[in-house]
Formats: sequence, structure tokens, C-alpha cells
Amino acid sequence: MLTISNLQASIGDKQILNGINLTVKAGEVHAIMGPNGSGKSTLASVLAGREDYTVTGGSVDFDGQDLLELSPESRAAEGIFLAFQYPIEIPGVSTTNFLKTALNEIRKYRGQDPLDAVQFLKLMKERMKFVNIDQSLLSRSLNEGFSGGEKKRNEIFQMAMLEPKLAILDETDSGLDIDALRIVAEGVNKLRSPERSTVVITHYQRLLDFIVPDYVHVLYKGRIVKSGTKELAMELEEKGYDWIKAENAEVA
Amino acid sequence: MTPINQHYTDFKNRLVTAFRANEERLNGESKTSLHQLRRSALQTFERLGFPTIKHEEWKYSNLSSMLKEPFDFDADSTLAVSDLDELRIPNLTGNVLYFVNGHYRPDLSRIVSPETEVQIKPLADVIQTESETIGTHFARYADFQDNAFTALNTAFAGDGVFIRVPDGKTVAEPVILRFITDARTKNVAAQPRNLIVVGRNAEIKLAESYRTLGEHAALVNTVTEISIARDARVEYYKVQDESQRAYHIGTTQVNQSDKSHFHGTTVTVNGGFVRNDLNITLDGQYCEAFLNGLYLPNGREHVDNHTLVDHAQPNSYSNELYKGILNGNGTGVFNGKIYVRPDAQKTNAFQSCKNVVLSPGASMNTKPQLEIYADDVKCSHGTTTGKLNEEALFYLQSRGIPKDQAKTLLMYAFAEEVISQIQIAPIRDYLSAAVAAKLGA
Repeated sequence: MLTISNLQASIGDKQILNGINLTVKAGEVHAIMGPNGSGKSTLASVLAGREDYTVTGGSVDFDGQDLLELSPESRAAEGIFLAFQYPIEIPGVSTTNFLKTALNEIRKYRGQDPLDAVQFLKLMKERMKFVNIDQSLLSRSLNEGFSGGEKKRNEIFQMAMLEPKLAILDETDSGLDIDALRIVAEGVNKLRSPERSTVVITHYQRLLDFIVPDYVHVLYKGRIVKSGTKELAMELEEKGYDWIKAENAEVA
Repeated sequence: MTPINQHYTDFKNRLVTAFRANEERLNGESKTSLHQLRRSALQTFERLGFPTIKHEEWKYSNLSSMLKEPFDFDADSTLAVSDLDELRIPNLTGNVLYFVNGHYRPDLSRIVSPETEVQIKPLADVIQTESETIGTHFARYADFQDNAFTALNTAFAGDGVFIRVPDGKTVAEPVILRFITDARTKNVAAQPRNLIVVGRNAEIKLAESYRTLGEHAALVNTVTEISIARDARVEYYKVQDESQRAYHIGTTQVNQSDKSHFHGTTVTVNGGFVRNDLNITLDGQYCEAFLNGLYLPNGREHVDNHTLVDHAQPNSYSNELYKGILNGNGTGVFNGKIYVRPDAQKTNAFQSCKNVVLSPGASMNTKPQLEIYADDVKCSHGTTTGKLNEEALFYLQSRGIPKDQAKTLLMYAFAEEVISQIQIAPIRDYLSAAVAAKLGA
């Protein structure tokens, strides 16, 4: 589904990704871990199409398409979803209105008829249950005055509405207490299917107790330096990142 | 050699001559106190003349193109009911009064509120029949000594609305005043004058809506005076959707007594040249005043909002929020004065002006002006002028919303904060649609 080959990216003069290689097949869950500043969030941003970053080399293939050629909105319509680490507050735009616009734009891109108000509401009611989010929250301005947990639940709710092929969760666990973490993770798990892939970006192993990955990769200095299964995450939890740093210092 | 400002003088002289010619046709009336007041206003106008950009309050608003135009100040209008179709505001209920080229048109209007609840009359009738009311209220609030346009309006104004809400009455239905400038056949000028007297513990919602018909130049010089007695509440909306060749200069003067509440929202959807002065005198304790504004100049439009909140007594609260979206070669001005007089301790006064500038040709000039002479007060002001929030734009795009549409959505949301304050639903809905249309939604 997703093939990242030798991806390099920079922001300003600063090179952040130094040749990432990663293949994600349909239905798989990949975790990307790594110390702060290793380039995890940059990878998520580049995949979603944030313009602040310049791709300086490599390629990304998404279901046979050159992902890097597409605008952020086309990537979304093709089935990429980024759950933001810091979801932005947008006063004056309600989640409901914004999501209806988004969903129908995506449907238009795919040649589907738009959902009318009744159909949309029905879908919304059904998906709200995935993350136990309240309707009153959704009629308020997007994320404005939401708690950290509410913002993250709103991200996963949007994901449930837009039904992406590839979901990228960027530090979705940050700032969440254990109960909120469980609700968010359950939402993600309900959306798992043989057709849908997930990339979970996280600093801690904690989230992976709830969203169990098929593969775990360690990102360090803009490269994937180690790949394994969920046991690798346990090892990182136990030993921290220092041994990864040490190992790679020797290599360099 | 013609002096640069010759057309300023010529325009003024034509008006002064017209006033004198009118005066000669008056008989005994010229001795009335109202006429004395008008004469004094004319003299003030003659002395002040039209302000040039050297005048501090007119630094960014250049009148010279307006003053080069000839205007008919006495134009009739043949406007028929069918002509109103393109001007209609959907679902409008309540009292709706039409003024065409400044004159009340009973045939187009409807007054539904009972007279025991509110008196709504054309000012021309009140001038004829209620000299005491005129003596007590007319030109008692809007000072013309330093304002050439208010002086000019005071000298000439013959019609507009007079509204009086008796003590203790809540006006159930809103009052919508529609000022139509009919410039279909020639350049037209109108000078509406409105007087609104709200009694103790009374309550009213009213809106002024300004529209232009036709492609000729239109000048509207309007003055509204609002007197709010203690414990009374007034919601006041000024809505401008005028032509690209319209010049709108308007002053609204509000005087508040103890514990009164005023909420004013000014929305300029369209208009070639707009200058609004909204002046609030908080001449009482425990008053609340809210002032909101929205302006969206694009093309070559110019919108200038001057506000003045004068805290003359202690313990009052004022809060001001003006927002602008500027595009094309549109220009905007915000000048917000807050005076806190020496006696006005425990004043809370807040002001904020936020602008989004979308194109390199557009510009915004903001000038907050706080003059505080009391020491135990809370006052703040802030202005921001910038581009659309790129983070928010990316967020919306990342959910599948195309960039242009995402921009429109964000601009609309920005504007909505002001529009949502309006409590007359048909006016709010009409503005939502008009603003969305202007922003390209």
C-alpha cells in the first residue's frame, strides 16, 4: 500500500529525514518509535503534505501513485489520514460542518454522491460511539476549549468518519491519561481491517499495549535504524533509547 | 491657477447657497428655535469645511473624489414596490420602514407595533407637530461643533425616523429601517436623520440597512442619535450593502444613563467609500456597551470605522471587537478612542481589532487611542493584522477540503464571530449569506 524509498526532507536549511525506507502492506499496523528530534513528526507531516517541509530526495508510492505529487487535500481523498499531535483550534468552524464539507469533498473526488444531512447525521451518530464523543462537543467550534483528551478523541472520530486507507497517528498518546488513552486506542482498534493500514508514531511503548503493532521501527537521526516486532517496543521501554544512540554512534 | 482644494470649497459653497435659498422661502418658521439651531449648524459647517487628509481624523480617508461629483440633494424617487424585489431581506418580520433618498415612504413601509409599546414616526412629522420633543432631543446628543458632516446633516436633515419607547416597555418586534439611495438616473445625495429615545427600563432591537440602486454616484450623510435612559437595553445594527460608487458618511451617537445596556454591531458588506463614526457616551454608572464591527473591503473599496467610548462616570464596562478581511486593493481604517475621565474609577474598557489581509494590494491602518485619566481602571487594547492561519489551512486541507474552499471556510468563520452577535434572525441570516457571497463561498 505504502512504499517509502530513501525519503529525504528538510525544513529551512536543516536536513531532518536522511533516507527512510519503509513498506506498509494493507491491514498492517506499524509503529515508529524514536527519541525526541529523530524525525518522527516530520515523517508524518511529509506524508500528509505539509508545505513547510521540502522533500530533497527519494519517493513515496501510495497504491501505485506518486504521493509526493499530490496536494494535501488529494492525499486525503486518496485515503491518507493524519491524526495530529497538536490538533489546531479553529474558532467559528464546527466539527460537524467542517466534517460534512470534508466528507463530501472526498466523496466528490471519488465520484460518489454527496451525503445529505440525514445520511450524514446517521453516519455521525454511529461513529461517535467509536470514541464515545458527545454531540454537543461536535457542534462547538473545532477543538476550541477542548481538553487534550477531547481533541485526540475528535481526531479519531474524524478518522472514523473519513474511513482512510492509511491512518498516521502522530503521538496520539501525548498528553492523555490512561482512561483517555484506552478510549482513543479502542477507537483505532475498531477501525482496524484487512484493507486499512495504520502507522502509529509514538515515543512510548504505552500506546502499543492497546494498539498492538505488527512491526516496530526505530527512527534515529532521520533513518530507520532498527526494525522488529512488538518485542522491540518492550525492549525500548525497558532499556530506553540510549543503547540505540550508542549503537549508532559506533556505526558512525 | 485652480487651488488643489477648489472642489472642496465649491461643493461647500453650493450647499451654503442652497441653505440660504431655502431660508428665504420660509416665513415665520425661520424664527423657531429649530431653525436657529440649523442656522448655527450651517455656520459651523461653513467654518469647518470638508476635512482634507491633513485633518487627523481623516488622514486615511480622502474625500476629494466625492467632492468632484455633482449630487442632487433634492432628488425625487419613483421607486415602486416592484423595485424593492432585488433589495428584499428574506423573512423580515416586524416594523419595516423605507426611506428613499432620505424621505419616508409610507406606501412601502409597515408599522406593526402598537403605539402604547413604541412610537415610530417619520421625523418630518415630528418636526412639524412636536416642537417640544425636537427641542428636548434633536441635536442634543450628536455634537456638530467639530464634525462638518454632522453639522451639514443637522442644517439640512428633514426626515428619517423618530422612535420613542416609553418607560418600562419592551418592543416585541424589531424595527428595521431601510435607507435606499435611488441612483438609477443621476447622482443622488441623501441626509437621513434618526432620533431614538428609549425610556427607563425599556428595551428595543433596531437595525439600519443601507442599500443603493443604480450605477450613478450616491452620497449618504446620515446621523443617528440614541438616548438610553437608566436600566434600558438597546440592540442596534448598522448594515451597509452599498454600491461601488456610493459614499457613506455616518455618525451614530449613543448616550447611556445608569445601568443601561447598549450593543452595537456595524457590518459593511459592500460600499465604495465608507466612513462610520460610532460614539458612545457612558454618562451613567454600571453601564455596559458592546461595539462590534465587520468590514470586507476588496476591489477599490475603502472602509473607515472610527469609534469613541467616553467613560464619563465610574463603574461602567465597555468591550469592542472589530474585524476586517481585506482583499484586492481594498483599504481599511480602524480608529478606536477610549476616554476614561478622572471620575470614571473602576472602569473596565476593552478593545480589539483583528484583520486578515489577503492580497499585497490591500492595506489596513489601525490606531487605538486610549486616554485614561483615572487610576483605578482595567483597560486593554490589541490589534492584529496578518495573513490567514496557515496551520488551520493545512488542517482543513489534510481532511480533504480543497485549499480555496478551506480559505473561504476560515474567512467565513472569522467573520461569523461578529455576525453571530446579531439578534434579529432575518438580518443575521441575510448577512451570513451576503458575507459568504462576498468571500466567494
